[in-house]
Amino acid sequence: MSEENFILKAEEIYKSYRMGAAEVSVLRGVNLNVKKAEFVAIVGASGSGKSTLLHILGVLDKPNKGTVKFEGRDLSRTNARQLNRFRNKMVGFVFQFYHLLDELSVLENVFLPAMVSKGVIGWLMSRRRAKSRAKELLVRLGLGDRTGHKPYQLSGGERQRTALARALMNKPKLILADEPTGNLDSTTGNGILEVLEELNSAGQTIVMVTHDERVAQRAQRIITLADGKIK
Amino acid sequence: MYKLILAFRYLFKKRISYLAFLAVSLCVFIVVVVMTVMTGLVTDFKHKNHEFVGDCVVGTESLVGFAYYEDFVRILEATDFIEVVSPVIKSYALVSGHGSQSGTGLEIMGVDPVRHSRATGFGKTLYRCKDNVSKAFEPAYDPNLAGCVVGVDLKLARDTGKGYAVSCFPLTAKGTLAKAGTGLVNSKTFYYSDYSHSGLARVDGSMLYLPFEQAQLLCGMAGPDKRICRLHIKFKPNVKLDVGCDKVASLWQRFIKERSGDRRADLFKNVAVQSWKTYRRGPIAAMEKEQVMMTVMFGLVGLTVVFIVFVVFYMIISHKSKDIGILKSIGVSNADLMGLFSGFAFLIAVLGCCVGVTGGWLFLLKINDIEGWLFEHFRFQLWDRTIYAIGDIPNQVEFKVLAIIVISAIAACVIGALVPSWRAMRLEPAETLQVNQLL
Repeated sequence: MSEENFILKAEEIYKSYRMGAAEVSVLRGVNLNVKKAEFVAIVGASGSGKSTLLHILGVLDKPNKGTVKFEGRDLSRTNARQLNRFRNKMVGFVFQFYHLLDELSVLENVFLPAMVSKGVIGWLMSRRRAKSRAKELLVRLGLGDRTGHKPYQLSGGERQRTALARALMNKPKLILADEPTGNLDSTTGNGILEVLEELNSAGQTIVMVTHDERVAQRAQRIITLADGKIK
Repeated sequence: MYKLILAFRYLFKKRISYLAFLAVSLCVFIVVVVMTVMTGLVTDFKHKNHEFVGDCVVGTESLVGFAYYEDFVRILEATDFIEVVSPVIKSYALVSGHGSQSGTGLEIMGVDPVRHSRATGFGKTLYRCKDNVSKAFEPAYDPNLAGCVVGVDLKLARDTGKGYAVSCFPLTAKGTLAKAGTGLVNSKTFYYSDYSHSGLARVDGSMLYLPFEQAQLLCGMAGPDKRICRLHIKFKPNVKLDVGCDKVASLWQRFIKERSGDRRADLFKNVAVQSWKTYRRGPIAAMEKEQVMMTVMFGLVGLTVVFIVFVVFYMIISHKSKDIGILKSIGVSNADLMGLFSGFAFLIAVLGCCVGVTGGWLFLLKINDIEGWLFEHFRFQLWDRTIYAIGDIPNQVEFKVLAIIVISAIAACVIGALVPSWRAMRLEPAETLQVNQLL
């Protein structure tokens, strides 16, 4: 398969953490390729390094060794400004604990990534369009009547859908979801997975980390991580 | 834009932010009040000293004084930069009230009231003769009596018709007692004519003003080579103090050179030409030192605010590490994070300053009423009037002082937030977003 078909390529990723005097190796030479519009699930036992790998793929963390290429570009060779832009425009994160800002309303949380990428004048000029897009996403995810609410006024499922709307705000090429249903009951979790499937069928590339085999089954491809390596 | 929104939300949604806000407000309030009062006291004190001295003094601290002053006065008055010159006798005397044998040691100042009022603010300090200074030494009840003006705080009875016996120790031009062997003192009775309130506690509590010629006689300075202790000079308007003083000094140097061969020329060596600021540097420096000490003390208060802001921000940022991870995950740069928390600190500082300045200003507006009420009910005075000699507590807020306080408070807050903001910037998003960080 040619290089262009892969949106994401991770090569020989090593990552270890220092815990007191001991060095704990989490990833030991992980190789991973993700095609455009693919829905990949990474499964593994707790502590197998799934979340660490996802953070490295989204440049929230740096590997000790190895490279991550996004659309053929080596992310380890990009500067801080380009990395911030990458996280803002190219990737959307969905976390197990939603990670919404408590001080902002649901709508504000969703259009926050659009606001971050603009200066004051740029934002004032584009805010109407951004708010409209955020509202549109919230309506699509069934939260049209929750725009003015604060995160603590929402249920777990609603919070995760808000987090998903935020991840989609800047139309990223890649969604990285870390245990998106891990904190939800099965019905609510199922709803989130349906949304992810729907997005994927519309061409969205998704990499999802889960410890739940049944959740992983919803993806097109399952990668198992054990002892810091892909099996 | 999000930085502004988040900074506002952090401020109003976090109770701990109120602590920082209150600390800044209180600090600004205290500093505005104290600095305004202290600056007012110092300014007022300087003004009173200027009024007491005039612009420039040519004189000596020696009780012997110096001679040929009339010639130098003529030279000075012939210049185009001097308004008026007032010769003054300054010495010490024993003063006994009517019938009392015990003498009180006082300072005496012999002045020509009209000249001296033109050269200094003497006329304005008088009570009865404020508008007619020529009558300052003419007791109202008998203008033919030798009158004197007493300092307002002098503990002397001001009964009409009962004089004060003023005894001086006349000195020769060589500095020896003038009447050795024939009776040591010159005495004369003076009658209360008016009182002077210069606003300078030490002057008002120890000074007795006498007519110039009488004082000259009492001190043994009359005679063929008349002597005085100093000349008080007032410059014409628009003459700069330093320039005027330099010109006087230059004229004085020329004068003493020309008169170097005269009999009493040796007395010139103790004479100095000084601006009023230099001449009164002793009491002014003490007051300024007090102001500096106050500034240092409140600088320490400022440091406490920096520490409080530091602690508050450290706590906020520790509590907000998840938010920092979230913001970084959506592309917020380190510099923007630093900007967010510094902006938050700036906001606290600006709001704290607004409240502190407004509170301080309102308090200052009512400070004299408050002090009046405290004195009425508890006999408590914020400033001891025997030391500060002030009527009302100065409460005029100076824009310059205010600007310095506000800028310092904002700088203190931003500095206090700098280290925690730096820490926020250095946080790794992956660490802050880990599940075990949230539990």
